[in-house]
Amino acid sequence: MELNILIICYLIGSVTFIIGLKMLSHPESARNGNLIAAAGMAISIFATIFLYEEEGLKLGNYIWIFSALIIGTILGTMAAKRVKMTAMPEMVSLFNGMGGACAALISIVEFDHLSHQIQAGATADRGILLIIFAGLIIGTISFAGSMVAWGKLNGKIKDFSFNGQHIVNLVIFGVIIALSAYLIISLDTAANTLFYVVFALSVVYGLLFVFPIGGADMPVVISLLNSFTGVAAAFGGFLYDNPVMLTGGILVGSAGTILTILMCKAMNRPLSNVLIGSFGGSSAGSSGKEQGAYKEISISDSAVVMSYAKRVMIVPGYGLAVAQAQHVCHELEKLLCDKGVEVNYAIHPVAGRMPGHMNVLLAEADVDYAKLLEMEQANEEFPMTDVVLILGANDVVNPAAKTDPGSPIYGMPVLDVELSKLVIINKRSMNPGYAGIENELFFQPKSSMLFGDAKSVLQQLVTEIKTL
Amino acid sequence: MDETLNWLSQHQQMIYIVILSVFLGIEVIGRVPSVLHTPLMSGANAIHGVVIIGAIIVMGKAESENLLALVLGFLAVILGTLNVVGGFVVTDRMLEMFKKKK
Repeated sequence: MELNILIICYLIGSVTFIIGLKMLSHPESARNGNLIAAAGMAISIFATIFLYEEEGLKLGNYIWIFSALIIGTILGTMAAKRVKMTAMPEMVSLFNGMGGACAALISIVEFDHLSHQIQAGATADRGILLIIFAGLIIGTISFAGSMVAWGKLNGKIKDFSFNGQHIVNLVIFGVIIALSAYLIISLDTAANTLFYVVFALSVVYGLLFVFPIGGADMPVVISLLNSFTGVAAAFGGFLYDNPVMLTGGILVGSAGTILTILMCKAMNRPLSNVLIGSFGGSSAGSSGKEQGAYKEISISDSAVVMSYAKRVMIVPGYGLAVAQAQHVCHELEKLLCDKGVEVNYAIHPVAGRMPGHMNVLLAEADVDYAKLLEMEQANEEFPMTDVVLILGANDVVNPAAKTDPGSPIYGMPVLDVELSKLVIINKRSMNPGYAGIENELFFQPKSSMLFGDAKSVLQQLVTEIKTL
Repeated sequence: MDETLNWLSQHQQMIYIVILSVFLGIEVIGRVPSVLHTPLMSGANAIHGVVIIGAIIVMGKAESENLLALVLGFLAVILGTLNVVGGFVVTDRMLEMFKKKK
C-alpha cells in the first residue's frame, strides 16, 4: 500500500517536472511553472522520507534528515533572498555546484558501502560500480567547475591558462576513465585509494576545464555544467531504481544541453569555440590597431542633447547592473518621456552576464515591457534615433564584430548603435570590456564618452534635466 | 558480454525512460525566447536538485556506527536542500520581476 503511494508520488513528481519546464519556457506561465515543479519536488522529497523502504526496512535517522533539511532550507532561502539581482548568475552557479557535490557524496558513501560488502564476501555488480563511478566523476566535475565559474563571475578568480592545457586536460580525463575502467573490470574494490584518486583527478579536471574560459562565456559554461549535474542526478536514479530522479535528471540533462546550444546561437558562436578557443588567448589579430583619440562630453551637454532629442535609445550593459542603476535609469526615462522624448531600451540577448539579465533588472525597476526592444527591432530603430546612451555595455556594441575578422567576437550579432546620430557612452574608464578587446566605436567621430559610475552619472543627468 | 546483456535487459525500463526523457527534454525546451534563458536555466538547476532524494536514502539507511555514511549523508542532504530550495527561490525571484510588467 505505502509503496504504491510512493510510486504515485514519484509519478506526480516526474509529471510536474515536465510541466514545470514546459511552462518555464513561456513568459506568461513561467512563474507558475516554477511553483508547480517546486510542489512536485516537495511531494517527492516527503514521500521518500516517510514511505521509502528497502528490503522491508523504512528509512531511519529522521533527526539527522530533518535537521539537514532545515539547515539547508534556511541557508538556501536566505542566500536566494538576499542575493542582489546582479549576482543572480553567480548564485545559480553556486547552487548548481551544491547539486553536483551532493551527487558525488552519494557515490562516495555507496562505494564505501559496496566495498565493505565485497570484503565480506558478497559478489559485486559491475553495473552498480559503473553507475557509482559515473555519478562521482560527473558530479565532481560539475561541482569544481561551478565553483570556478562562481569565482569568475564575482571577480575572485581571474582567467588562467597555460600552453598545452587542452592536452593536459585530455590526459587527466584519460587517466580518470582508465582508472575507473580498471576498478570496474577488476572489481578490486580493496584498492580504495584508487577510488579517491579518481575523485581527486575529477576535481582537478573540473577546475582546469573552466579556468581558461573567459568570464563573458560563463553563462554558457554554467548552463553546460547544469546539464552535467542533471546527468549525475540521473545516475543516482539508476543506483536506487528511482524513477523521479531519473526523469528529473535526464530532463535537465537534455534540456540543459539544448539551452546551452541556444545560448551559443544567441552569441553566434559554436559551443566548441566557447570551450576550446578561450577568449583573449588569440586576440592578437587586431588589438594593436589605432588607439585613436576619443572625446568626452559633460553631464550638462548630455542632458541638453537628450532633452531636445526626438528619440533616445538606452543600451544597458553590465555596468548598469554593477552600479545598481536600474531605478535611476527608469527615472531618467520617465523624465525624458515627460518632455516628449521617445525613449526605448535596446536589449542585446547577451548584455550583462546572462541572457535575459537586463530584462530582469529593468523589470525590477518597473520599466514598461513594451519599451524593451530586442536586438532586431532595435537595429531597425537606430537609423531614426537621435541619441544613443550606452550604460556600461561594450562588447555588444563593438562594430569589430561586423568588420574585423581577426576579432575574437567576429560574427557575434551586435547592436548597430553607430547608425544613430549621436552616441554617448557611459563607462567607468577606457578599460576594455569583459572580452578584453578594444572597441573602435569609442573613437568614432559620432561617439562621446561620459566617464563615471552609471548610477552617479544618471543621478547627475536627472538633476541636470530637471533644472533645464 | 553476457553480463552486459543481462544488465541491459534487467534495466530495460530504466533505459526506455532515459531515452524518452532525452527527447522530451529537447521537445519541452523547443523555442524558448532568449529573455527566458536565465530563469529557465535556474529552474532546471532547481529540478536537478532531485538528487537530494538519493542523499535522503543514503542518510536514512546509514547504520548508526557508520560515521562516514552519517557525516557525508548529512552533508549531502544539506547541499541537496540548498540546491532545491535556493534554486526554486532564485528562479521565483527572477520571474517575479517579469510579472509586474503587464
